[in-house]
Amino acid sequence: MTAATSNRAPVALPVSDFAIPGMRCAGCISKLESGLVLRPGIVNARVNFTAKRVSVTHLPEMTMPQLLEAISGIGFEAVAISESSGDNDNHEAKRLLKAMAVAGFAMMNIMLLSVSVWSGASGVTRDLFHWLSALIALPTVAYSGQPFFRSAWSALRKGRTNMDVPISIGVTITTALSLYETFTHGPHAYFDGVVMLLFFLLTGRWLDAVMRDRARDGVSALLKQTSAGAMVLQPSSKTAWIDAKALKPNMVMLVAAGERLAADGVVTEGVSSFDLSLLTGETTAQSVVVGSIVHAGTLNLDAPVHVRVTAAGADTAIADIARLMEQASQGKSLYVRVADRAARLYAPAVHTLAALSFLGWMVAGAGWHESLLIAVAVLIITCPCALGLAVPAAQIVVAGALMRAGILVKDGSALERLAEVDMAMFDKTGTLTMGRPTPINLADANGEQKAVLLALARASRHPLSEGIRRALEAEGVAAGKVDQVREVAGAGVFATANGRAVSLGRPDTQISHEVLASELQIQGKPSFVVHFSDQMRPHAAATLDELQSLGLASLIISGDRAESVAPVARALGITAQTSMLPQEKLNAIARQKAAGHKVLMVGDGLNDGPALAAGYASIAPASASDAGQNAADVVFMGDALTPVVTAIRAARRTQHIVRQNFILAIGYNALAVPLAIAGYCTPLIAAAAMSGSSLVVVANALRLKNAAK
Amino acid sequence: MTGLALLIPVALGLGLLGLAGFFWSIKDGQFDDADGAALRILIDEEDEL
Repeated sequence: MTAATSNRAPVALPVSDFAIPGMRCAGCISKLESGLVLRPGIVNARVNFTAKRVSVTHLPEMTMPQLLEAISGIGFEAVAISESSGDNDNHEAKRLLKAMAVAGFAMMNIMLLSVSVWSGASGVTRDLFHWLSALIALPTVAYSGQPFFRSAWSALRKGRTNMDVPISIGVTITTALSLYETFTHGPHAYFDGVVMLLFFLLTGRWLDAVMRDRARDGVSALLKQTSAGAMVLQPSSKTAWIDAKALKPNMVMLVAAGERLAADGVVTEGVSSFDLSLLTGETTAQSVVVGSIVHAGTLNLDAPVHVRVTAAGADTAIADIARLMEQASQGKSLYVRVADRAARLYAPAVHTLAALSFLGWMVAGAGWHESLLIAVAVLIITCPCALGLAVPAAQIVVAGALMRAGILVKDGSALERLAEVDMAMFDKTGTLTMGRPTPINLADANGEQKAVLLALARASRHPLSEGIRRALEAEGVAAGKVDQVREVAGAGVFATANGRAVSLGRPDTQISHEVLASELQIQGKPSFVVHFSDQMRPHAAATLDELQSLGLASLIISGDRAESVAPVARALGITAQTSMLPQEKLNAIARQKAAGHKVLMVGDGLNDGPALAAGYASIAPASASDAGQNAADVVFMGDALTPVVTAIRAARRTQHIVRQNFILAIGYNALAVPLAIAGYCTPLIAAAAMSGSSLVVVANALRLKNAAK
Repeated sequence: MTGLALLIPVALGLGLLGLAGFFWSIKDGQFDDADGAALRILIDEEDEL
């Protein structure tokens, strides 16, 4: 199919990527791929099931809404993914994998040759094997060593040192000396050791890269773009879809009910109410009339409105929050990972030890050649081979376990920081609560009412209807049969059932602006008013109790008003600060930081973004805003709040295992070092020590497989 | 020794062949969608037409 396509279309056609979280089975793959190509304008569709994505090759004239429409026509909910820089990171993992494959191949072959040298080959045979080993090892070191050489060089150029510096020095010196040995028909060449070292270290690096990639794919599959653009009224009174980036002030956007705004603006036509919860954390919808100022990222609830753009792109209120986030996240980049901290202590010790043994043997009169050989043996045996695996092996096992439990960890440093937090700050709306209206009195409705309710709710995408639909579907109610369904924006859904007019819409008698409600009317019967509230997440209280037992004090910092926060705080028995602006949340975290606390921030909204970035570690639910998910270290799926505790527990266990791994690796080396210093370390012993300690470390890491239980 | 002269190149050649195959499969994108590949076997190609 691909070949035929490229023949027909020599010009590169645009490719758009969509995340489809609802993809579950083989049927979905074939339905999407074969269904999409049947649509006019779509040339090819290719599903990546692992990343839950589909790449659609289409004609240039296809617009984003048309493509989304095509996918939803097949029965899938799709989200457009904007071009990301993610591909570069992916290449990083691939490059490491290739380097690892080359090192692995070289290691196996050199080992085979070495076995005969160890078992007593001598004279010409040994020289031949050494030459062959050199022939394999030199190109391998040149190719597979590149990631280390490059990183070491860039660190040295800035006058700093990292783990790669001792590795590069060790590898270079050992290769050079082994080459010299080969030239002079010496008995010991360490080609096997060098290549094995590279292989194990690359394995560690690759695992680290894979973990980052997997989490990133997972998160991007969840990302709901705030709004990738808007329908804009053209001078010719036609409308056209304009990308968010291309929106300019004074354009007039048509915002349908249920759409998010793509830019800041002023309402010029229509009356509706907007959900600001993502921006401010406030749960009560705000009613807007002509002249009201509305912000990008807010959700239009009731009726279509016209909005004249006043600020777009970098000038919006959202962009201000993004700038705050950027500043806040700089603190995080100062964090030094456990492995690097260990390397800072370990590397000087290793180098001193090697230098001392060289000097010692020189003083003892061993000659520079023998002294250097012993120094190299010390360097090889102490090289942080198992140390390089100690951390990534444990972290990837835990990240895999957590991912199966629906918790995505962005990278290894997130796990390390999460293990150290001693205080938790929660946002309210969307974090402690579900952040969406849930009906609270459906139990009072009778069977007929429920059946009609579900049928009507399914016909609308209004948040209240979705709340009813979700609740009734969870209850297992069968939808009644309704005909002539029509939705009137701002009024409700109207239909007929069994010849009687039925409707679901805003209550005739307005109870109060503060209370969310909708009214079901069935002709000739008393009406039923459904009340809504923002329900607490399941297990929220139990989660906070467990955090307490883990030694974490909890606190609510909310942008919502005190009246809305108070019941939640009372129910959970924790203190709360209310009506906080993003900057104030940031300050609250900074104060605790100054007091010596390591704060875990749990939040979801755009207004939590800066706080999430500033927290020592941060967690966001999958229902969070784009910005929230990007800023958080950990994203969890599902409604319950328990993953917060699960993640902290798993992170602490990981830290425990990592510490064990360090002790094992260093202990193993400590046994071999005296041999090396005494000059008894042959390449055989070096190889055994290296692979032995690496295996022990990996096996120990595998114990974390059930850490997310 | 003649045995070695034959067997060592053969061993290295086979190893290189495997390595080349691995590189090709990475370049071909065979590891891009491991879960999807496992499911695609269940799709009935004939029905797609």
